[in-house]
Amino acid sequence: MSVKKKFKGLSDKAVAWLFIGPSVFLLLAINIYPLIYAIRMSFTNFYANKIGREPQFVGLKNYIKVLNKEAIWEKMQVTANFMFWTLLLQAVIGLGLALLLNRKFKGNELLTTLIVLPMMLSPAVVGVFWTYLYNPQVGLFNYVINFFHDFGSFDMIGSSVLAPWSIVIVDTWMWTPFTMLICLAGLRSVPNYLYEAAEVDRASKWQQFIYITLPSVLPFLLLALLFRGIENFKMFDMVVELTSGGPGSATELASINLKREAFEKWKTGYSSAFAVILFVTIFGFGNVYVKVMNKIKER
Amino acid sequence: MILLFVSLFTFSANSNAKSITLGWAAWDPANALQELTKEFTAETGIDVNFEFVPWPNFADRMLNELNNKGKTFDLLIGDSQWIGAGAVYGHYVKLNDFFDKEGISMNDFSPATVYAYSTWPKGSENYYALPAMGDALAWAYRKDWFDRPELNSEFKKKHGYDLGVPANWNQLHDMCSFFQGREIDGQKRYGAAINTERGSEGITMGVTAAMYAWGMEYENPNKPYDMEGFFNSPQAVEAVEFYRKLYEDCAPPGHSDAYMVANLDAYKSGQVAFQMNWYAFWPGVSKEDSDGRVSGFFANPKQNVAAATLGGQGISVVKYSDKQDLALEYIKWFARPDVQQKWWDLGGYSCHNDVLNSPSFPTSTVYAQGFLDSMGIVKDFWQEPTFVELMLPMQEAIHDYVVNGKGTAKGALDKIIEEWVEVFEADGKL
Repeated sequence: MSVKKKFKGLSDKAVAWLFIGPSVFLLLAINIYPLIYAIRMSFTNFYANKIGREPQFVGLKNYIKVLNKEAIWEKMQVTANFMFWTLLLQAVIGLGLALLLNRKFKGNELLTTLIVLPMMLSPAVVGVFWTYLYNPQVGLFNYVINFFHDFGSFDMIGSSVLAPWSIVIVDTWMWTPFTMLICLAGLRSVPNYLYEAAEVDRASKWQQFIYITLPSVLPFLLLALLFRGIENFKMFDMVVELTSGGPGSATELASINLKREAFEKWKTGYSSAFAVILFVTIFGFGNVYVKVMNKIKER
Repeated sequence: MILLFVSLFTFSANSNAKSITLGWAAWDPANALQELTKEFTAETGIDVNFEFVPWPNFADRMLNELNNKGKTFDLLIGDSQWIGAGAVYGHYVKLNDFFDKEGISMNDFSPATVYAYSTWPKGSENYYALPAMGDALAWAYRKDWFDRPELNSEFKKKHGYDLGVPANWNQLHDMCSFFQGREIDGQKRYGAAINTERGSEGITMGVTAAMYAWGMEYENPNKPYDMEGFFNSPQAVEAVEFYRKLYEDCAPPGHSDAYMVANLDAYKSGQVAFQMNWYAFWPGVSKEDSDGRVSGFFANPKQNVAAATLGGQGISVVKYSDKQDLALEYIKWFARPDVQQKWWDLGGYSCHNDVLNSPSFPTSTVYAQGFLDSMGIVKDFWQEPTFVELMLPMQEAIHDYVVNGKGTAKGALDKIIEEWVEVFEADGKL
């Protein structure tokens, strides 16, 4: 009764703050404070493992160092390649599967469940078991490829040419179902009368796809790709388990390099600068992408 | 009732106070130590809890713990390369006073192990660990295949000498390539399982086994941290090129990111004629071969000089522990010659002179003589506080050259020096 009375005395604004307060506090403590701290650290020569050594202000030195380092650009290129191919493949295959599953046929639900299974798995576990699948001696992958054409024994994760493809294949296998699910939701939201009207106007199936299906599903597909893009930009666990970034640095994505600089070499200041650059990059790209996506939706 | 509660509480508090936690890597010797430690608990009433971390995560886990001044561990059996960081950053308790008080003399331990596992600065009389587990990189081979007359005669016809323990790396290559792709007992076999791991320290430990044998030095002996012409000397370049040749000609397919367990698996499953690995694994290999018919063992072959990559660890007391007195009691017990003998008997590698100099030691196991030989010729990677920063560029550059086939050996070594100079400059050493 007394609690009720107390609440009665609160304004709407106060009640609203009471509800969002804990979330805002957690957001500030877990996201905003570390971000500000990292930005501050990025202007110092701080090493987290050098106990007792006071960090000194070094201005933009860390940023200049990161941006001038050839190895960093190599890692960014590896990341860009990985993102480009995974997003492309996941868009094409995901949309294709969604179109397939949008039809009514026997076993549709079972097939959908089976297709979405990979994305339920832990990325680290996926990385580990694909190392076995890729094993040239006993792995299923070589066996399947050689079943169609005899390429002989080839090492997917030991070759600098094949290793980047090995991580693209695994990520596509794992996350295409996600794109498919979002696209499927888009397809199911297209009203049937549009197709009926198109039939009346004697539009071909191809025309129906180009002028009705694709425009309707595109905002959903773009949204799925935005999520996947952000995720793949910071991809870490699956690739570490699968290739450790190797051979050499053929699959060392920016996030793997960042972890090595920050928590193995303990170059805290330098790696904070690198992290800020990565954050600004993904934040910038994300914003531009959302604006483009909104324009497409408005059409 | 209250009395019972109080006595229960007291008992519980006492039992907690009388326990310590020891951290090490998860491997065969750790199990042997766990077995040995039961005697310590029986003698002293101090419980010892163990936390064993798999090798790929060992350094990450332990160094994070130390950097965060964690109290999880009272004792740590840390890698030899950590001693610099342990001493300089104050993670390890300096043990000199304790050794003096308890009459523990470092002269009782093998000099190479004291130098490698205990001292910082290197060779000084500042001790931060007790040598706990001697180790070096060595080789195991399929003796049963070597003993087959038809294989030996075919090999001899081709190379002019018998199959056996290789006298140098060239012979090692001859033998490994002889077995590469060969069918034995209806199965395809390969030459050698060598270290190629990218993530932690694997390929560096492997390639340095060759580089040391070729006579590589990290720095100018008269001018510390001057690496040009030493680390990338023509001999060092030749050794790295040779290691790549060994990988290309003799490694089983898919052996591109392999270290201890992968080498062991390749060998145990009968894929390869040779495996490169630490002595720590030989008791396990030997145990499965009770009559000594299948496996033989030998120290790292020489090329220009006799040398082997150092492994092994010392046991240190963690500075942040609240139970340093109990941890020191464990070290006092572990340093006893009778305990050290039991340690060796259980499959650990004692560094105590009483054990190593015993007349029966060389014949106590099939790999004991090799261990003795190796410990006299060991060389280690940098033990600087910045060793991880020094290790990572080497892992990347060597893996890029050996496994990825990118660039040249000289280019890889030059690149490593470039990165190392940067690390030493940041650390104020240059």
